Amino acid sequence: MSESSNLTDIARRNFLARAGAAAGAAAIAPGVFLSAPASAKPVGEAVTSKNRWGILVDTNKCASGCNDCVTACENENGWGRNDEPESNAQQKAHWIRTVDIKNKATGFTRTLPMMCQHCETPPCVDVCPTGASFRRADGIVLVDKHICIGCRYCMMACPYKARSFVHEDLHEQKPWAPRGKGTVESCTMCVQRVDNDKVPACVEACSAENHNALIFGDLYDENSEISKALKTHDNVEIRADLGLNTGVRYRGI
Amino acid sequence: MKLSLNYREIEGKSTGFWVLLGGLALIIALAGGATLFMEHEGHYVTGMNNQIVWGMPHVFAIFLIVAASGALNVASIGTVFGKPLYKPLGRLSGLLAVALLLGGLVVLVLDLGHPDRLIVAMTYYNFKSIFAWNIILYNGFIAITIVYLWMMMERKMNKYYKPAGYVAFVWRLILTTGTGSIFGFLVARQAYDAAIMAPMFVIMSFAYGLAVFILVLMAAYNWTNRPLGDAVLYRLKNLLGVFIAAVLYFVAVFNLTNLYATEHHGIERFILLDGGIFTKLFWIVQIGIGSLLPMAMIYHPTIGKSRPAIATAAALVIVGAFAQLYVILIGGQAYPLVLFPGYEVTSGFFDGQVNSYSPTIWEIALGVGGVALALLIVTIAVRVLRFLPETLEDAVVDPHAAGGK
Repeated sequence: MSESSNLTDIARRNFLARAGAAAGAAAIAPGVFLSAPASAKPVGEAVTSKNRWGILVDTNKCASGCNDCVTACENENGWGRNDEPESNAQQKAHWIRTVDIKNKATGFTRTLPMMCQHCETPPCVDVCPTGASFRRADGIVLVDKHICIGCRYCMMACPYKARSFVHEDLHEQKPWAPRGKGTVESCTMCVQRVDNDKVPACVEACSAENHNALIFGDLYDENSEISKALKTHDNVEIRADLGLNTGVRYRGI
Repeated sequence: MKLSLNYREIEGKSTGFWVLLGGLALIIALAGGATLFMEHEGHYVTGMNNQIVWGMPHVFAIFLIVAASGALNVASIGTVFGKPLYKPLGRLSGLLAVALLLGGLVVLVLDLGHPDRLIVAMTYYNFKSIFAWNIILYNGFIAITIVYLWMMMERKMNKYYKPAGYVAFVWRLILTTGTGSIFGFLVARQAYDAAIMAPMFVIMSFAYGLAVFILVLMAAYNWTNRPLGDAVLYRLKNLLGVFIAAVLYFVAVFNLTNLYATEHHGIERFILLDGGIFTKLFWIVQIGIGSLLPMAMIYHPTIGKSRPAIATAAALVIVGAFAQLYVILIGGQAYPLVLFPGYEVTSGFFDGQVNSYSPTIWEIALGVGGVALALLIVTIAVRVLRFLPETLEDAVVDPHAAGGK
């Protein structure tokens, strides 16, 4: 009787020791990963505010009629074209679009891509009742599709018309860019690529065609190409009056 | 000698009563069908889109929510401001407030992209969002008003009804401030982003709620053959006149301030001058038919004493209310966002264009269903509980007025 209870005690002690070791390893592991020299973020590790991702758009290099960044986004994230056959043109989603502007007084024209500006203080995040609209520590603004109730208040609040509501059932989505009827979506700055040390699809496409109008990078790393370019050249935020400190900046307007 | 005040359930045996119940139930059933269709298919079957994201259901929902808080004013005037004439009306006032709010909330929830996630809305809160606050304010309003009603109606609890009335009064002011702030806090849109939105919605609620209250009161007493004296009715309609004028004042200040700032000339020009349907709705329906005409009718020395005219004036206020909310909500979204001041803007996503919206039958059905639900709740409640005094003749509500005749 007492022997068997001793055996039970030993078994329990062994179990606890192993569990403790496992818990300790789990607790230490993130620290170990953090000290890794590679900039690639291992899967499962939280993003940090050490980086702030941004895009600089040089509109001097944006050609009127060029749609390469938009097409690349559609292909990467699975929206546009025939993904929403029932929705009319005003109802279809747009994660990124090209906008033509013409100064009324001078006639000066420009073409530029417009998408989520990944604000530091995003109005869409402020107004979201459930917190589905959120900003990652590294500055990327996203929608948690699991808790988005589809109220569209974020769309009312966004100064850039960057968000779209999905008006119908969708099929054959990209596994890395989930979309769903009744929820709101927008440019994710291609988190699935950024988290794997790649640049967003729009930036890649622009460079591949040798336009080089888009620079992606870490705004907090003063040695990054984007930081150097922002320091050297004049650039603006769209609706700078709102004081949102956007992650997307523009040159040439 | 003041006659005693007795509350009694309505008899509810007439054909008319059952026709009313059946009619309202039918409308609710149709609205339910329309909602199922919209939810099953998705919002592509509605007139809403990625430019006009809030449509007809929101016009109805916000009307009902704003009117709900306003409907409680009648009870507040009795309890908080101690006006004896309004006290017999307190129960109906509270009932109407709860019913209208429930109707509005149902419409709002059923228009969500995911009404099935109501539990998410109730359990995940972002406290910086005025929407999140409103979820608490709306639920709290219903709870507080029900407690207030209980204290008014349960003799043993009568002594507590005054504090409950104060809480309800303050809560309703905060609630409508929250509703107005849904728009006031929208920093990016030309039509909104103004602190005056909050008090303007409060004053709009006074007018909308009282108009609904007058109509329901007149219908209830007329259809049940209970006496409704001039003292009550004239007091209410005069108050409605004041509220209409107050709304006009706020609308004037809001637009004048915008007209002063060059930055806002675009949106003002759009609403006041060349916005097509919105300009017509603003001047003809909201200002003309919905404000000036009913005010003239109410204060006219002879027309103002005619009951059909008073009922018509109240109905016109409601028509004007819908026009006002349509202009604020849809008009405000139809006007394009200004991303590049001083530039002409074009894109494949309708930048720089006035956005169009045509409500579909499904959206209108959902909205009307909310109104029907509110009225059904009131109809059943006055049948089963003692909300309505047996008589509201002058001698009961205001012995002085009766004696003075």
